[in-house]
Amino acid sequence: MSAVNHSPSADAILACEGLSKHFGGIRAFTDVAFQARRGEVTAVIGDNGAGKSTLIRCLVGVHVPDAGDIFFDGRAHPFANPDEARKAGIETVHQNLALIDELTVAQNLFLNREIVRRIGPFALLDRKAMKQQARAMLSRLSINMPSVSQRVRRLSGGQRQAISICRAAGSGAKLVVMDEPTAALGVQETANVEALIRRLREQAVSVILVSHNFDQVRRLSDQIWVMRAGRMVATVRGSETTGKELVALVTGAA
Amino acid sequence: MSAPAENASSREAGAAEESRPSLAALLLDPSFWADWASVVGLVGLVIVFGIAQPVFLSVANLQALLLAAAILVVLSIGQTFVVATAGIDLSLAAAVMLGAIILGLVDAAGYGIFLACVLAVAATSAVGFLNGALITAGRIPDFVVTLGTLSGVTGLGLILSGGEPIMVGSTFLLRLASGSFGPFGYPVWVAISAVLVAHIALYHTRFGVHLLATGGQTESARSLGIRTNRVKIAAYTISGFCAGIAALLLVARIGSAEPQINTSLLLNSVAAVVLGGVSLFGGRASILGPAIGALMLTALVNGLTLLSVSAFYQPLAVGAIVVLAALIMRYQK
Repeated sequence: MSAVNHSPSADAILACEGLSKHFGGIRAFTDVAFQARRGEVTAVIGDNGAGKSTLIRCLVGVHVPDAGDIFFDGRAHPFANPDEARKAGIETVHQNLALIDELTVAQNLFLNREIVRRIGPFALLDRKAMKQQARAMLSRLSINMPSVSQRVRRLSGGQRQAISICRAAGSGAKLVVMDEPTAALGVQETANVEALIRRLREQAVSVILVSHNFDQVRRLSDQIWVMRAGRMVATVRGSETTGKELVALVTGAA
Repeated sequence: MSAPAENASSREAGAAEESRPSLAALLLDPSFWADWASVVGLVGLVIVFGIAQPVFLSVANLQALLLAAAILVVLSIGQTFVVATAGIDLSLAAAVMLGAIILGLVDAAGYGIFLACVLAVAATSAVGFLNGALITAGRIPDFVVTLGTLSGVTGLGLILSGGEPIMVGSTFLLRLASGSFGPFGYPVWVAISAVLVAHIALYHTRFGVHLLATGGQTESARSLGIRTNRVKIAAYTISGFCAGIAALLLVARIGSAEPQINTSLLLNSVAAVVLGGVSLFGGRASILGPAIGALMLTALVNGLTLLSVSAFYQPLAVGAIVVLAALIMRYQK
């Protein structure tokens, strides 16, 4: 276990310093420093209410922090809202996945990024191109999908998660943020999603992962950050820690 | 998801799945009947009425049927866009009345029929825009807002007209109502154009996808940056626009602007949408379905009339068919 490092290094894709957020009288987190290195999987762990989700939401522009600085790709104070974060290259895989059940896999993958052909003043969808590229996006991450013309409603939880991650990664994102990506999945589906996260890293996409599952975090993460009661209390390399140590850090028993 | 090695075989399986299932399997699948309820119903009605009263199948009667269906088809398209966002437009028939009266008043004031038509459509579109703006900005349920505008717009129509019908003796509208091109009258061509334009808008534009996304899961659509409020306002404005077109066809058909709402137009527009397989919970829609649903309801009334069934039985028959259709929809996957 090493001390919390307070200076964002040059290889950080996303970092923050002295970040605080309050909701009325309730303190979500105080004076948090954090960084995610380029091309690594960075995990944020902590007990319920430790402030993980709120921290992530501040980092991707959903909430505006009360104090502190955020740096993305070397730029300070990068975004005022999630749309700007998305345009800058941060994709979030929401806990609810943000899929539209009645639309097809291809339509979901290209939602609000549709490919259009211009015919005079009109812009018509290029459905063929979107289906082709959807297949390419899925096979690049080795996601097995019977048909991209299938409605998302009929897919399993793991397949839905895969599509949501694929959409996030497929847009050329520099950083993919995932909040509890395997919380609702079975054993096999969890393994599939973990394999998917590894493939993202192989393709040099940086990942921030919020998780409750310490074993998973140790399997996947290069760097692990631990929050407790609204503070960032420790950071460790994933390969150098044990489950016991993580439990101790999260509960404060160390 | 699978290991890369399995990929080739899975792609072949994908290609097989994308081909059509066999006809027998299709006919046994209840969701097929649910998806095509309006077509099956229309074919069924045509066969039954064709046998019971051969006049039903005469060219003259079929042309009259299409002519009578044109207004309802246009209104059903407007209603479809709203229902696709999980809303409902109860002010549709009231907007038709307001459009007709504005048309009549502007024409009677001597500003010319074209300006009258433009202002009528502009007024009904404005009613639609107001509906959408109140629902999204005011965060009021669609049902309440459109019920309010239903009453308000009806009142406005009565005030403007003084409760008196306005004769519209325009040759342009007369020609629109009675002229024909090829096998169909002009109103039928108006309805066909509306179906085509709406179909393209729904299936081949970004707006269409965003409309279905907004109706399906508003929160998800919003988190992906779709401006769901704008989409909803657009849907209600389209509904209002369709009411304006319907007002032109109505005034052309009866030759005057009547200050009374045709409530059966409103109810039948919702019925046609349901028959057409559009989900009232939003997110799932087609244009052809409701258009055929509107044809089916018109065919029902036409056939019953030819069979000399009292007009009092017609609402009963429409009601039975709509409830039946809703029951079949439960099998929709």
